Amino acid sequence: MSSFDVPLERGKFGQTARKDFWWVQPLFTFLGLAGFLVYSTWAAFQGDHYTFGPYLSPMYSPEIFNLTGEGAWLGRTPEWMPLWVTGAMLVLWAPGGFRITCYYYRGAYYKAFWADPPSCAVGEPRKKYLGERSFPLIVQNIHRYFLYLALVFIVLLAHDAWKAMWFENGFGIGVGTLVLLANAILLGGYTLGCHSLRHLVGGIYDRLSRRPVRKTAYDCVSCLNRSHMVWAWCSLIWVAFSDLYVRMCSMGIWTDWRIL
Amino acid sequence: MASATFKIWRGDRAGGEFKDYSTEITEGMVVLDAIHNIQATQANDMAVRWNCKAGKCGSCSAEINGMPKLMCMTRMNTLPLEQPITVQPMKAFPLIKDLVTDVSWNMNVKTGIKKFKPRAPDAPDGTWRIAQEDVDRVQEFRKCIECFLCQDVCHVLRDHHLHQEFIGPRFLVYAAALEMHPLDVEDRVEDLRKQHGIGYCNITKCCTKVCPESITITDNAIIPLKERVVDRFFDPLAKLFRSFSPK
Repeated sequence: MSSFDVPLERGKFGQTARKDFWWVQPLFTFLGLAGFLVYSTWAAFQGDHYTFGPYLSPMYSPEIFNLTGEGAWLGRTPEWMPLWVTGAMLVLWAPGGFRITCYYYRGAYYKAFWADPPSCAVGEPRKKYLGERSFPLIVQNIHRYFLYLALVFIVLLAHDAWKAMWFENGFGIGVGTLVLLANAILLGGYTLGCHSLRHLVGGIYDRLSRRPVRKTAYDCVSCLNRSHMVWAWCSLIWVAFSDLYVRMCSMGIWTDWRIL
Repeated sequence: MASATFKIWRGDRAGGEFKDYSTEITEGMVVLDAIHNIQATQANDMAVRWNCKAGKCGSCSAEINGMPKLMCMTRMNTLPLEQPITVQPMKAFPLIKDLVTDVSWNMNVKTGIKKFKPRAPDAPDGTWRIAQEDVDRVQEFRKCIECFLCQDVCHVLRDHHLHQEFIGPRFLVYAAALEMHPLDVEDRVEDLRKQHGIGYCNITKCCTKVCPESITITDNAIIPLKERVVDRFFDPLAKLFRSFSPK
């Protein structure tokens, strides 16, 4: 590729002629993601108040071990496991990895956390740039493997929402049921609109007209993909709220109202 | 009649500065009209490239209040007139004079992308059959007017000056239009990774934001190409699956 015979001017950090509030979006992104990171880390270290009646916090789902072994996939927490390791730590890496490698979040946190760039047409702090073509960011290419795990999590969280309809006295719907149901729906909207999924179900082919099932799937994923950012934020906030709801009910601070 | 103050970059490769100009603004005016007024009445020697005045030729690209835009498509009533409006040349390309930059690098890049290579004709008369839904996908990319605003806003070119290693969003769109074309059988995936530097794109979506043709550059062109690169180079499971699939 050719280059120039004259050097281009390099801007300084934050240098721009933009007159709009260009810093607002990265600032809100930073606050939103940092807030979620702080809350989810705190919640993951708690290790209690993650169930209430038929409700299970999505941050602790699926329950692989617990202290009593009741309802856990593999029974009681093994003795060799350090006490500080909670159920959330055993599962959160999978949906966390899916979000960290997500194409939307990548663009958002490169701007908000690394100022790479801080915003469009705004000067950057660093002179060296490697992008996603070398370590460590080349690892982002494993996004589709996290997608496979995230698809399993949708099924698990939908099952949690189903279980949240069955109280001690039979079928019912509480506010918590709706909270967990909305969580599964929002996470479904986010995961099923994934760019990698869009590629895998149909984008890989140049002639989709000869594959009607794939064409339909591609159109459905593309439809969700157009609002991927909205789904990403709504589902992120709702996961944290769902955990908070179950936690507050379990601690007796909030009352879970029964609707049916 | 309202008036507006402009700070317009005047200078050449040897150097330059912003100079202030005031001009009257009437209803329906765009920035290019104001620039032409200033050129006609106050700065006859001001260099500005333009052609169609309809957002279709991509000639009048510049940075208006710091954002890459077409001067002919930026209406004056969308800008805050209470403060001076800055107009400067695109930063990602070498300056020729005033608002005119040398964008010939883009033409050279285009020649480095493998050309369209159609499959064998579908019919004995040498013609092809294409389903509408197959061609719909690449039709969006053909709206590009080559204004190079996306190249200008891309921080890989604008701030890091990696012109030798990265072809930029415009040519990733061009490569996508060829690579996803239902007739094309050429393979550009390895080039995309190695020569065209697709890995430099960190999906900030600035190119999509400035595109005057509203092409969804990042979501519909760059990310699908990145996924094809992942298929080829970073997904051992897919490779394994392909090796067992019928050809």
